[in-house]
Amino acid sequence: MLEVRDLHVQFHGVDHEAVRGISFTVENGEILGLVGESGSGKTVTAMVISALLGADRAAIRGRIVLDGVDLLSAAGSTIHQVQGKDICVVFQEPMSAMDPVMRIGPQVEECLRLHTKLNKAERRARALQALRDAELQDAEAIYEKYPHELSGGMLQRVMIAAAIISRPKLLLADEPTTALDVTVQAQILALLKRLNEERGMSILFISHNLNVVRKLCRRVAVMEKGRIVETADTEAVFYHPQADYTKRLIAAIPTRRKLHDG
Amino acid sequence: MRYAAKKLAMMLLTMVIVSFLAFLAFQIIPGDPTARLLGADATTESVAALRAELGLDRPFFARYGAWMQGALRGDFGRSYSYAMPVSELLAGKIGITALLTAVSFLLIVLVSLPTGVLLCARERPGLDRAANAVNQIIMAVPPFFTGILMTLVFGLMLRWFVPGSFVSPSEDFWRSTAYLFFPALAIALPRIAMTVKMLRASVRGELDKDYVRTAYSRGNSRWQALYRHVLRNAVVPTVAFLAMAAADLVAGSVVIEQVFSVPGLGRLLLTSIANRDYPVVQAIVVILALWVVLVNGGADLLNQRLDPRLRLS
Ligand SMILES: Nc1ncnc2c1ncn2[C@@H]1O[C@H](COP(=O)(O)OP(=O)(O)OP(=O)(O)O)[C@@H](O)[C@H]1O
Ligand SMILES: [Mg+2]
Repeated sequence: MLEVRDLHVQFHGVDHEAVRGISFTVENGEILGLVGESGSGKTVTAMVISALLGADRAAIRGRIVLDGVDLLSAAGSTIHQVQGKDICVVFQEPMSAMDPVMRIGPQVEECLRLHTKLNKAERRARALQALRDAELQDAEAIYEKYPHELSGGMLQRVMIAAAIISRPKLLLADEPTTALDVTVQAQILALLKRLNEERGMSILFISHNLNVVRKLCRRVAVMEKGRIVETADTEAVFYHPQADYTKRLIAAIPTRRKLHDG
Repeated sequence: MRYAAKKLAMMLLTMVIVSFLAFLAFQIIPGDPTARLLGADATTESVAALRAELGLDRPFFARYGAWMQGALRGDFGRSYSYAMPVSELLAGKIGITALLTAVSFLLIVLVSLPTGVLLCARERPGLDRAANAVNQIIMAVPPFFTGILMTLVFGLMLRWFVPGSFVSPSEDFWRSTAYLFFPALAIALPRIAMTVKMLRASVRGELDKDYVRTAYSRGNSRWQALYRHVLRNAVVPTVAFLAMAAADLVAGSVVIEQVFSVPGLGRLLLTSIANRDYPVVQAIVVILALWVVLVNGGADLLNQRLDPRLRLS
């Protein structure tokens, strides 16, 4: 469904590439994990796929094909049609990712306002449904609130509601749980898994934590310094890592025992 | 509610302090109103008699107390040099200066908000530099000079208006407003430049924030992201700035009323200071202070409407 071929990204004024020719695919209804340590190029990859990083800031080569359409060579108007309709993004920091002076409701509805002809009442009904789908109680009250009145976990659910409201083909989740505490983290992961199973929505799930990826993804791509060093079944990667880098990544996972030992 | 009460108390306190300081200032600065009224060759007796009549022989605090009591009822005493109550004297002038300030403020808002945002609508370094240069120049030219230039060009050469032909707004509101356009523009120009600069910096800062990236990710164009999300966020710091501008527009009008021969509060203030007409000066100072206090209070309220995080419980 999404096919990334030989993608290169080099920021203007930087003498090396942030992404050095990566290729991977996300199948229909699949959650693909993308792991790698800080600075390996995961966010840059997601930004290019969602067209948030463009030619004005970096030189970009390769192909990004969504259902037969190459997004890198598509016109600007086509891109705006894909953003928020076929591809939606959930970011790491829900608080800063939301407009602080706009109520939750209009923010959740925004994709519908931009991509459908639904009227206000219809949009509101869909927004309330999306908030409930994201497992938020009391959707009516939340609809009227401002971001600073909600907790981080609730805000991330709101962001997920805003991202799934237009039923996108692909959800890009860039470390969506890193900013949250552990119990909330598990709930958000379960929510993403449920949405994927119930709706067949494909997800590219980005994380620096192989353990988190393991709970969610059947397949994982391991990224190191702008390259993908290994793409395989998550369990296989976990128990039989091929690349040295992956081995180090696994060794770096804080297990309970290690934590207890100090 | 408690916040509002506190705010109101602060406003009142400000007013009291300002009026007291103004009163004190006229106590201290040299020059006696009786000398102006009676001339240089007045006898000591006639001076003493006039001082008693005006109440100038009473102790400072007694006079301030009496003035305060009157002011609370809207009675600012009688003018020394014009034979009429101060309130009557001011009534005709306030409208003129208020109109001048209003036209000027409207110009600032109507020109600088769209300009500031439009300049950010696209990344254009060349346009940016040009706008910056123009801004710097406009900011540097003082309104009295712009005023003289406008009188020369639009008044004497192009004859778009006749300098000195001001009619009071109570006689012909629209003619009055039309005459005030150029003086209003003269005071507004440097403040427009400052507001544009301020707003542009503010919009720039907002454009880098994460919520703008979110807006793009949903399919907003740059323009849509600007007016749906960025503008409201960027305007909040600008509102406080505009309030300051509105407050000091009145100070600007003092000068510009001279240049364009507009018989407003500013001209009255200058002549009254020269005449040591304390009741008039005192009243004008209090009115200006009230204006500043009200404008700032209004800006606070507006910002709380714009930014929910400022709404304190
Ligand atoms: N705007 C930019 N200009 C120049 N270089 C950038 C820019 N953004 C990112 N980079 C560089 O690109 C590389 C990849 O960054 P990226 O943010 O994709 O890492 P990441 O894998 O998402 O890391 P993290 O786990 O910390 O989020 C880094 O070396 C970074 O310095
Ligand atoms: Mg990242």
